[in-house]
Amino acid sequence: MLEIRNLSKNFGPLVAVDDVSFTVSRGEVLGFLGPNGAGKSTTMKMITGFLAPDRGTAVICGHDIADEPLAAKRSFGYLPEGAPAYPDMTVADFLRFIAHVRGLRGEEATARIDHIVELVHLNEVYEQRIDTLSKGFRRRVGVAQALIHDPPVIILDEPTDGLDPNQKYEMRGILAAMQAEKAIIISTHLLEEVEAVCSRAIIIARGRILADGTPAELAARSRFHNAVRLEIEPVNEARIRADLAALPDVATVETADDGHALVVMPRDHASIAAGIAELAEGRDWHIGGFAIERGRLDDVFRSVTTPPGDHELPASSAEPAN
Amino acid sequence: MIRNTWIICRRELSGYFATPLAYVFIVIFLVLAGVLTFFVGDFFERGQADLQPFFTFHPWLYLVMVPAVAMRLWAEERKSGTIELFLTLPVRLGEAVVGKFLAAWLFLGIALALTFPFWLTVLFLGDPDNGVILASYIGSWLMAGAILAIGAAISAATKNQVIAFVVSASLVFVLIAAGTQTVTGIFTGWAPEGLIHAIAAASLFGHFTAITRGVLDLRDLFYFGSIMVAFLAANAVIIDLTKAE
Repeated sequence: MLEIRNLSKNFGPLVAVDDVSFTVSRGEVLGFLGPNGAGKSTTMKMITGFLAPDRGTAVICGHDIADEPLAAKRSFGYLPEGAPAYPDMTVADFLRFIAHVRGLRGEEATARIDHIVELVHLNEVYEQRIDTLSKGFRRRVGVAQALIHDPPVIILDEPTDGLDPNQKYEMRGILAAMQAEKAIIISTHLLEEVEAVCSRAIIIARGRILADGTPAELAARSRFHNAVRLEIEPVNEARIRADLAALPDVATVETADDGHALVVMPRDHASIAAGIAELAEGRDWHIGGFAIERGRLDDVFRSVTTPPGDHELPASSAEPAN
Repeated sequence: MIRNTWIICRRELSGYFATPLAYVFIVIFLVLAGVLTFFVGDFFERGQADLQPFFTFHPWLYLVMVPAVAMRLWAEERKSGTIELFLTLPVRLGEAVVGKFLAAWLFLGIALALTFPFWLTVLFLGDPDNGVILASYIGSWLMAGAILAIGAAISAATKNQVIAFVVSASLVFVLIAAGTQTVTGIFTGWAPEGLIHAIAAASLFGHFTAITRGVLDLRDLFYFGSIMVAFLAANAVIIDLTKAE
């Protein structure tokens, strides 16, 4: 439904987006992940035709954004960065305006607006001016605006930014409910969000795609993938460490970040859980907890987006468009 | 095409009246028009039942008031970021540009129409030539449209409303002043006749004055029309080139 081909954009000497290609099909929720200034918003601006790419194009439901901008724009709903809306309009007037521009009329427009207002819970602020709304409500007005014409492709730039945890949960529920019928892209820098709603994630940094896969696949690239977390009694710690380190596939034994457990790291993501369980059964370790790590997305994110041997991002990688 | 332009125009126009801004503007517009007419234009002392002293000052009134309306047209969209929302909706750039312009032009038309008590005054005091007054109103509105188009194009080029105002007002000042005798006088005597005519012909002042004499000449209508078209086209080009900056 959405095909991105070799999008590239430079701002002067700065490479903002560098040869980005991917496709999103119906039923997919693609999480667009990256540090601030990675090129997420710039890519979205090019997909939606707000920014002309230097090279490449985006095709939305068969319509090239450069050749058939109107047909392409009718096929998507877009929440731009920062959820802009006309501050001196009421929510009701604003949604009606968008519905009219989107070609909805009369009864149909009213029905769609009612449905969306119900869906994203805007009833209580419906007659309020947008500049009097809290950040969370403003964001929801932005999302409502993007969904009003029931588009097949939905592009949301940070849809949960500024929402409280309950509202985030709710928004994810809304996205999940629509998922089957739509192709959805959301940009975020929240890893929990990717794990919660995305069927696929792309990590982008310095304008390039660095990883592309399901959240589970990406997590499997973490050095914690298949590691085992053991909660033990401190008195036995030295002995247990030595026993664990002697197991064939164990690389190292580390102390967990919270300090209450050991994290046994496997060699090359090998499965070591069975071996450890067997070992533990034969000895009196008094294990309080035992868990296999699927991998940590934040760990993958950090290792993928930080240039090798360079843990401070160079100043030039800041992106002016963001 | 027309439908989208109208939807945009309606949204913009209701936006003017959503804040006290529109009412403040209209009040200042009417007060200024009154001050210029009665105190500077010697409305009563002339002893003639016409609106000549009222219309004479319109170019100068618009010099200040129209760039004040025009400055926010695009600068505000840029500043609040709504330009990204607006231009990713399925509307043509031309519809967006014309819709916004039309709303501001209608707003100026409303302000201008509210000067009707001036007309009532001369109607009460004497027997004015209503044809001339109607032509003058139309000419005044056309001139407002031309100045507005210039201001809108300049507003499209900047995020800063103050810069938009100052640059448009300066440009409009040049365009008005070019037709006054003060400016043409500088050239008289040494410059070729053709040049003086060309400078005067480019001026908003000359064309407007011609209309206030009661003649809606096609050339004057064409002049204002072409300024509007040219600057609206420039407006669209500027937005297209710089919308994402």
